[in-house]
Order: sequence, then structure tokens, then C-alpha cells
Amino acid sequence: MFGLVHLVPGDPIRLALGTRFDQETYDALRARAGLDQPLVEQFFGWAGRALRGDLGVSFRTGETVTSLISERLPATLTLAVASILVALLIAVPLGTLSALRPRSVVDRVATVLSQIGISVPEFWMAIVLILVFAGTLGWLPSGGYVPLTEDPAGWAQRLLMPAVVTGVVSGSVITRFVRSSVLEALGADHVRTAQAKGLPARQVFTWHVLRNALLPLVTVTGVQLAYLLSGVVVVEIVFSWPGLGQLALQAVQSRDYPVLQGAILLFAVVFLLINLVVDLLYTAIDPRIRR
Amino acid sequence: MSELAPLLEVADLRVRLRTPRGPAEVVNGLSYTVGRGETVAVVGESGSGKSVSVLALLGLLPARVAAVTGAARLDGEDLLTMPPERLREVRGPGVGMVFQDPMTSLNPVLTIGRQLVEGIRAHGEVSKAEARDRAAGLLAEVGLPDPRRALDRYPHELSGGMRQRVVIAIALSNNPSLLIADEATTALDVTVQAQILDLVAGLQSEHGTGVIWITHDLGVVAGIADRVLVMYGGRCVEDGSVDDVLERPAHPYTRGLLGALPDLASSDDGELATVPGTPPAPTDLPAGCVFWPRCPVRSDPRCETEQPPLAVVGASTGGLPHRAATWCSEGSSR
Amino acid sequence: MTGAPLPEPAASPTATDAGVPSTARPPRPRWRQTLGLLARNPTAAVAATVLLLIVLMAVFDESLAPSGPNEIAVEDRLQPPSPAHPFGTDDLGRDILSRVVLGAAVSLRVGFLAVAFALVVGALIGLLAGYYGRWVDDVLMRFMDVLFAFPAVLLAIAVLAVRGPGAGNTALAIGIVYIPVFARVTRASVLGVREEVYVRASRSVGASDFRLLTRHVLPNAAPPIIVQTSISLAFAVLAEAALSFLGLGTQPPNPSWGLMLAEGRGFIDLAWWLAFFPGMAIFLTVLCFNLLGDGLRDVLDPRQRTLMAGSGR
Repeated sequence: MFGLVHLVPGDPIRLALGTRFDQETYDALRARAGLDQPLVEQFFGWAGRALRGDLGVSFRTGETVTSLISERLPATLTLAVASILVALLIAVPLGTLSALRPRSVVDRVATVLSQIGISVPEFWMAIVLILVFAGTLGWLPSGGYVPLTEDPAGWAQRLLMPAVVTGVVSGSVITRFVRSSVLEALGADHVRTAQAKGLPARQVFTWHVLRNALLPLVTVTGVQLAYLLSGVVVVEIVFSWPGLGQLALQAVQSRDYPVLQGAILLFAVVFLLINLVVDLLYTAIDPRIRR
Repeated sequence: MSELAPLLEVADLRVRLRTPRGPAEVVNGLSYTVGRGETVAVVGESGSGKSVSVLALLGLLPARVAAVTGAARLDGEDLLTMPPERLREVRGPGVGMVFQDPMTSLNPVLTIGRQLVEGIRAHGEVSKAEARDRAAGLLAEVGLPDPRRALDRYPHELSGGMRQRVVIAIALSNNPSLLIADEATTALDVTVQAQILDLVAGLQSEHGTGVIWITHDLGVVAGIADRVLVMYGGRCVEDGSVDDVLERPAHPYTRGLLGALPDLASSDDGELATVPGTPPAPTDLPAGCVFWPRCPVRSDPRCETEQPPLAVVGASTGGLPHRAATWCSEGSSR
Repeated sequence: MTGAPLPEPAASPTATDAGVPSTARPPRPRWRQTLGLLARNPTAAVAATVLLLIVLMAVFDESLAPSGPNEIAVEDRLQPPSPAHPFGTDDLGRDILSRVVLGAAVSLRVGFLAVAFALVVGALIGLLAGYYGRWVDDVLMRFMDVLFAFPAVLLAIAVLAVRGPGAGNTALAIGIVYIPVFARVTRASVLGVREEVYVRASRSVGASDFRLLTRHVLPNAAPPIIVQTSISLAFAVLAEAALSFLGLGTQPPNPSWGLMLAEGRGFIDLAWWLAFFPGMAIFLTVLCFNLLGDGLRDVLDPRQRTLMAGSGR
């Protein structure tokens, strides 16, 4: 992990700063960012400061990277969490239904829908949704963000479309996992034992099928959440959602490396955190890996 | 209920499975009875339809692919036609079932206690604490050391033999009038197997439970069965008292199974002998006697064309008829 | 819920499903049989046909396009779909149909390049790791894990931030993202066949490593790689569109689909067709690659050694 942080943010500074600046700005920037020092020293200097919470200063605005990121983090987290909720709301019922009736009409429709959901470009879906719901129907604002504390209704209105877009895409992926894991759980021998005990069908399903199918779902949801946090870049742009993705893209466009490094570091940390949480959750729900 | 009415009466049980290769006749007109306190052993190779025939009794085959016909009356009530809710009530108190593989037949993510308690509480108003007491009692009964603590254990924390005891405890938890054990001891080592057989025999004499014991193992058959039913190609090819069938087998298949058997008295773990060839595919059963393609005798012209009926052969002992479905039994003694 | 369903019927054995080959030679992939099986899967067959049409369209782009895709006709700007311009025209009066046709060439070229790069590098890494095992395996796969752990879009953006925008760099960026997937799939397949009878037989008669790898191991590892290629193409096309949409991929005036979407976005209220048709083109292409991948998987890879479609997204 450390190697990666080293690898990715280390290189852009050295390689890309060059040609687009005149010499004077270039030197000044280099000096200010400490780029005139050897790469290894730069890295350790940066890493050392990062450990103390100092991610440097934005080339573009002069603000500290930490404050830029912490401004944007709530919006991205909100969107990612809302999206994963939408995804689960779609995936769990749909995947379960298809698994319960494999090869039925429901299953086929669900398969086609999830295939479509996986294949649709999310920015295109975003544009179409904006066209219909913000343009033609005028029910929702086409984008932007207001904090929940200021205007709960406006917050929800603005969150709805982006969350649906990313939720549908993730949901389609998760649907396929839910289907296969429920199908697998249904075929397990212990389900027959539970039925032979004379448990009511609902109890068999909840405690001996769903409960077991939940295990892989936790992993997939964790992975999807991690992808959402970084993958919402495009959707943030379309919906003018002031999140980290937007910040990272602006940083790329203006070659604002401290910000980009900070954003990537944050994603890496979030990634690790999510993996940690998934592991912890797993321990909580799967007795086989306790101890 | 009259003395003579059997506990379970299976009549012309047929199971047809839908498979990608066409319909498969997995069980073809099986009829037998199990009396109270009686043990019936069902023997045969894998694929002979033994397991399917008992799963069908409890409606445990997926309705999407399995069509079950015939009748199976438990205390006079047909299991195959009863409404689902009634069937659910019968599973447990009416029929308890022990499955083959103790490694997979328990839910790995629920505690032993929970899996016992939910079975007990599914059949009657029992408080959680009361159910736990009963569960601990059952575990003690099946010989699990430290039953109280075992309640809070997960299946993976127990050995295979201990798990199978738990499965048996679950099957017995509602004092079933009929216990079905499907290869219940196959996965266990010989010592554990002997303990479990003793256990079941003890419970049987105590509660008068009827037992259907499906097995490969002739040692088990000789040790616990009152009656034997030999299955081949989804049919009963021979049945009768354990002495009749094991000592005077009438069907060439049964004789083949017993053929390589060393002295019965010393064969505690003697597996059935292998018969050359493979059982017929249930999608493509031969006309005539199901066994003729592998049959070493084939002494009758009808073997390949006409299905032999299950008919009484020789003398019967203990009031049980000894029957076999073959054209070849007469005059070909052992 | 009446009971546990029986296990799904096992897929019919294919050339690759040779658990125990009876001869000391690897069974050759039976292409005819594969095609035949694929033809019996209507979804995959339709997807393959549509893809073929799209590829043909991309190959013959210039001659197929009704009018010059970069031909500016200001008097015809923002025309809705009509017989003269079936998909309408954009803000500079350029024919959208022509640009979609040309965009196919751009998008597919980047997609194919990216996957080809990922395939070659990834398969090589997987082959080495799987065949030599031990420390080679540890080092290579650990590195792949690190690469794989990073979110795809972010990784591509980071690569483009280093290399600068453009079609070639986009292909490279997407290619890098998909290396680990191919490495894993290849390695798994190689591990599967390494100990097969014919490989051991060849080794015992002194065949060189190179010969073993190319003649015996690689052909048998091919099916899951083929499936993965189809699925990866879907995501490569999608990723190219996303990166171009963000302005990091293909640069104007070349009509990549993602770029056309980005350009059309500003006119969404006035002229929906600007963004609609390129989006439809992306969607159809990606869908077909995914469906084809699923169909191929059913036929070639019954043991499902490849990633499920969408898991790389």
C-alpha cells in the first residue's frame, strides 16, 4: 500500500510539471512544493507530513489540502452511502427473487435488467435522467448540493438522481452476486435439515438461506462501496455535486499535484478502512472465522 | 388403531424427475410397510433411488423438478397429499430425519443450541429456556459430553461424529414416531458408528420408534434390521426378513451383492460386494427385468422383455413374506 | 419454497473441460463445436452479430459515414433527426450519424488496444507466476494485488495525470488497470493445467519450458482468457467513454463517443439527440460485449474461472 502511494503521486510531480509552465513559475512552484529536492526525500518528506495530517497546500488556491478535502468529503460520503442503499434495495429483492425461481420470467427479466444496468454508461443515464426529470417534467433540480442541515428537502431532491444513477449500476452488479449466493445457499444440505425439522418456510428462508447468503454479500457491498467512493467522479461532474471526485478532476486538469496526492491518499485510506470494516463484519456474522 | 395397522405404509410410490436428458423414473412403484418399533433396512447401490424415495416421503424434493405419485400413509394419513402446513407439522414429531453428511447437514453459522431449539419451538408453545433445557437433555441422551456448553458451540467446533450426534438429536427432538436415517453412519468411523447404532436401538426400544435405515453396509443391516428391502433401478427387487434375505437371497442382484461377502458373523464393516457393470440410467431403463443387462444368470427368455413381479419365494420366517422380483429364482439355490 | 433445487445440470463437456485427457497430447480447442454451442445461445449469437456489424462499421468508417464527420455546416446546426440527418446534427451542423460511425472506430480502437495491452502483459505475468510458482509467483501476484486494490477509474485518471490526455495514453491507462485481471485468470488456468498428464509427460521427455508454455499450457489456459477478453472489452469501451467524457481521453475534434456525449451535454435542453445517440452506441456496444462474454463463459468455462461481468466496474 505504501509502495503504491509512493508510486502514483511520486511520478506525476516529476513527469508532468515540465512543459506547461514558464521557467520562472516553474522554478517557484518547484521550490514551493519542494520539488527541487530528490524524489526519495520528497516522498519521505511528504509521507512524514502526511502522517502528521499535513498534506500540503494547493498550487491553485493556496488553501491547505486537508481543508479542501474535508470540505468535500461529506458530499462524497453522502452520495456513496445513498448509492449503496439504492443498490441494496434493488439487488437484494431482485437477486433473491431470481434465485428462488431460476429460469422463470422474473429471473429472466432480472437478468436482462442487471445486464443493462451493468452496461449502461452512468454519465449517459445521468444526462437522460436530467433531461426527463429536471427538463421535461421539472420535478427535480438538475444538480447542485445543499447541506442537509440547511434545507433537508432540497438536500434530498438533489441527492435522489445521482444516488439512483450510481445505485442502479452498483445494484446491477450486486444483483448477480445475490442471485448466485442465494442459489448456492438454497442448495445447501443444511436447508434440507431445517425443512425436515418442520420449520415454517419463512423461518427456513430467513435463517438458513438468507443468513448464509449474506456472507458473500457483505464482501461485495464493501467492494462496491469502495468503488463508489472513487467511481462517482463522473456522476459528480454531471450533477455538479461538490465531492472529492470533482476535486480530483479539477486537480488533474490544473495539475494541482498536492491536491491530487491528497485525494489519492484519502481514497487509499478509505479503501483500507472499508476492507477493515468488512473483515470486522465478517467476524461478527461468520462464526467459522472467529478466534 | 388396530394392532396390525403399520406405522408407515408406502404404496406404489413413484418419483419422476425432470432432467435435461428427459424424464427420469427414479423410483418405480415402491411398496413397503414399517411397523412400530420395527427397523427396515434399505440397501442398494448409489443411484438405486433409495435416498430419493425417502426424501419424497417428506416432500423434500423440489416440486419444480420432481413429480411424486402413490401413497405414503403415516398412521393412516397420506403424507403425499396432505396440505403443506400439515406436512410441516408432521416433519419433526411425525418423522425425524438424519442425513448422510454430518459436515454439511448443520447450518455453519448458527449455534447447535439454536438449531435444536428452533426445531423444538416449531412444534408447540415452549419457552426459550424450556426448549434449551430439552435441547441439553437431548444432547446428553445422544452422548455428547458437556451438553450445556455444547449448546453455544458452532458446528465447526465439533468433530464429525459429534456433529452426527447433534443431527440425530435434532431428528429425535420431537419424539418422532418414525426415524429415517439416510446413510447416517457412512461418513463416520466404525467405533462411532457402533455407538450411534446402539443409541438408536436404545431409543427405539424406549419410544417404540419405527426406523428406516438406508445403508451400504451389510454389517449394519445384519446388526439392527428386522427387515431388508433391496433396491435396484428404482424398484424393490427383493424384500423379506433379515435372515431370509441375507441367508437365502433369491434375486441374482442380491446374490451378487452378497457374493464376495466373507462370513457374515465376522463382517462388522463388510461393504456390499460390487457387481460388475453400472446401474441403468433412470432416463433409460431397460425393458424387462431392470437388472438383466448386468445379470450373470439370465436363465429365462422373459428377462429381456417382461418385468418380473415381486413374488413370494421360498419359506418365510417370522410371519414376513420373502419376496423377489426375478424370473431366475426357482431352482437356483445358493 | 418447497425445497432445495437440484444442482444445475453440468454444462456439456467442452474441449477445455478435459479433466483427464486420455492421450499425452492436449485436446485442441474444437472451434466448430464452440461456435455451434454459441449459436444455440440466442442472446450471445445476437450480441456477436451486432458486434460484428459495429466492428465492420468501425473498419469502413470513412466510406460508410453519410457525410464528412468533421464537416461543419453552420446553417444546419442543431437539426433534429430527419431523413437527411437520421440522428440530427450538432451545434456546428455536423452530422451525428457520421460522427457516431467514426466514433466507433475511435472508441473501439482504444478499447482493443487497451485490452490487447492488458492481455499480453497480464497473460505473460500470469503465465510466469503460475508456471514457475514460488517466489516468482509471490512477487508478481503481490504486485498485481496492489494494483487490483486500486479503484479502476482513479487509477486510470492517475495514469492520465502523469502521461497527459490523448487516445494512446487512454488505451495505456485502461490497459494498466486491467492487467491484474488477466494475470489472475491466466495464473489460475495455468495452475489448473500445469500438473495435467500431458504436461508432465512432455516435461519428462525433455521439452523446453518455452515449448511447454506455448504448445501445451497456453492453449489450455485460453478459454477463460477469451471470456475475460470479451468482458474486459466491454469495460474498456465504457472506461474510454468515461475518460473522454471527463476530457482526459480522446481529444477534439475526433468524435469519440464519450467526447460527443460531453459536448452534447451542454445542449441537453435544446437538442437531446446530441447526447442520446452516442450514449446509445456506447450502451449497445458494452451490452453486446458483456452478453457475448456471458455466452462464451457458459460454453467455454463451465467452472467459472473468470470474473463475473461487472465485478471489475
